[in-house]
Amino acid sequence: MSRFGAAALAAAALAAVTVPFLLKSYGIYLLSMWAVLAVAAIGLNLTLGYAGQISLAQGAFVGIGAYCVALLVPLGVPYPAALVCSALLCFGIGWILGYPALRVQHHYLAFVTLAFTTLVFLVMRNEEWLTNGIYGINAIPRPVLFGWSTGKPLQFYFFSLGSLATIAAAVGWMLRSPWGRAFVALRENPIRALSLGVDTRRYTLIAFALGAGLGGLSGALYAPLVQFIEPNSFALGLSLNLLLMVIVGGSGYFFGPFVGALIAVLLPEWTRITEGYYLIAYAVIVMVLMAVCPTGVLGLIERASRAMRRRPVQTPVPLGGERTEP
Amino acid sequence: MTSLIQLLVSGFATGAIYALIAVGFTLLWQTSQTINFAQGEFVMLPAFFVLVAMNLGAPFWLAALICLALSVLVLGLLFKLVIVDPMLKQGVLPLVISTIALSLFLKESVKNFYASQAQPFPTLVPAIDLRILGAVVSTQSLAVLAVAIATVGALHLLLNKTRLGRSMQATAQNPALAIILGIPVRRMVLYTFLLNAVLVAIASILVSPIYLAKFTNGETLGLAAFLAAIIGGFNQVRGAILGGVILGVLDNLSAAYVSSQYRGAFPLLILIVVILIRPQGLLGRVEERTV
Repeated sequence: MSRFGAAALAAAALAAVTVPFLLKSYGIYLLSMWAVLAVAAIGLNLTLGYAGQISLAQGAFVGIGAYCVALLVPLGVPYPAALVCSALLCFGIGWILGYPALRVQHHYLAFVTLAFTTLVFLVMRNEEWLTNGIYGINAIPRPVLFGWSTGKPLQFYFFSLGSLATIAAAVGWMLRSPWGRAFVALRENPIRALSLGVDTRRYTLIAFALGAGLGGLSGALYAPLVQFIEPNSFALGLSLNLLLMVIVGGSGYFFGPFVGALIAVLLPEWTRITEGYYLIAYAVIVMVLMAVCPTGVLGLIERASRAMRRRPVQTPVPLGGERTEP
Repeated sequence: MTSLIQLLVSGFATGAIYALIAVGFTLLWQTSQTINFAQGEFVMLPAFFVLVAMNLGAPFWLAALICLALSVLVLGLLFKLVIVDPMLKQGVLPLVISTIALSLFLKESVKNFYASQAQPFPTLVPAIDLRILGAVVSTQSLAVLAVAIATVGALHLLLNKTRLGRSMQATAQNPALAIILGIPVRRMVLYTFLLNAVLVAIASILVSPIYLAKFTNGETLGLAAFLAAIIGGFNQVRGAILGGVILGVLDNLSAAYVSSQYRGAFPLLILIVVILIRPQGLLGRVEERTV
């Protein structure tokens, strides 16, 4: 990492710790939402940015994780155990969903995962005995960890931030391991990866399942944050939103999801003066960004810093594979 | 039995509309590798062109023509020039994201600049229930079916019987070879975009009297079109038609006979089965990929 990058990271970390003290409870809620969604976006970035498998199911995994916690905690299961349950459940489901991923690529995979998201939504809405249907689940308690309550907004924010930091560190460590390298090989050229002895079948499944598991963790944090969940929160919109976060931030960049989630959570608030028009503005920004720099905001920054140093431009990280021959 | 006939007629009518949308979708994919995630919104929008024209005092037939012209201009030409062309060099996925953003843009624009409530939409023919073999069949379903079949028939003639259509097919199948044969490939790609705009405009006028014109209409219609295209075969026009009809009929039958709560789930289950057993779709060709 360059000196500039290290300085930016330090400044960002300092801001993440100090800024909430200056905010009212709604601002803290938004930052907590950022931390929670960033976890899901990190998972999707693993699946999409590193392993190159496009998934529109991440929102469904967040939903499964959230419902898992919301249903287990009232039964007397301690929160940490429920959290682990969410992650494992989503890991398992992601593993199973990964099987179609082995058979199909690119746009087909997008549609299989899209179908999965819609199915999960239908189950959440229709199986009232389990999920209480469209009425949702109310009054989800915030956990008490080691005698330390997370009931107040600021306390829960630091709990979310701590979880985010722990998860990010674990993912960062994993990406430096042979697993991480194998994921990139999958994205860049699966056939060549296979010929070099990478077990692409296994790594695709792992990439999918890990991404899903992180989605579940994010959901397990989401439920106590909002304290009220209902099926509509986890419909296709959330999956699309998470996908936009990863792409806008910079897919395949480690810090891409952090930036993307920040933009997706804060932009609507900043542009609130434009009332209903902020989504229009957001859509236009995304379209322009895609046309100018499909590697996202971080890709844009990297390109700018390269141009300033006037080094020869290296090949940028391609996004999601090459165009298939017609 | 009589209710089965009713369900089949309305199923075929819905399926025919899905087929029109899905055909446009596959045409774009074949000629320019554009996966248009905004296809559903492309069907939602032309209905509002009609409504705006009628608010300005135009009779329905004139409004429909204006809608067709505006669709070709906005959803065909402008879409190609402003959204797709700058993105082509960036690859498939950024373009997918861009069309997702476009769908959001169209939806929110209609919601903010026209109305967030469902708008009544004029029907093609007066709604009268006919009795055929004891079953009650609405003239509306029959009119939809007739227009859709005529459109698909015309499309078939255009693609297979005219020089222009064969040039478009050549462009879709092998652009490099098409250039060598002297086919103006770029113009042909543009034509498929215009053709798609015409198809979605017709679908919009057919579907809006049934669903009412609402800014969220695109979500279900777009999903149905994707599913139809994939079930039938992403790279075949015939496949898209077959997929659309299967989906429409199945949707109506499953809602009546199995579970109306899970009617949305059956097409998805079929999708997953088709993808697992025959990923190229029922009528699709296998696409090879180079290392």
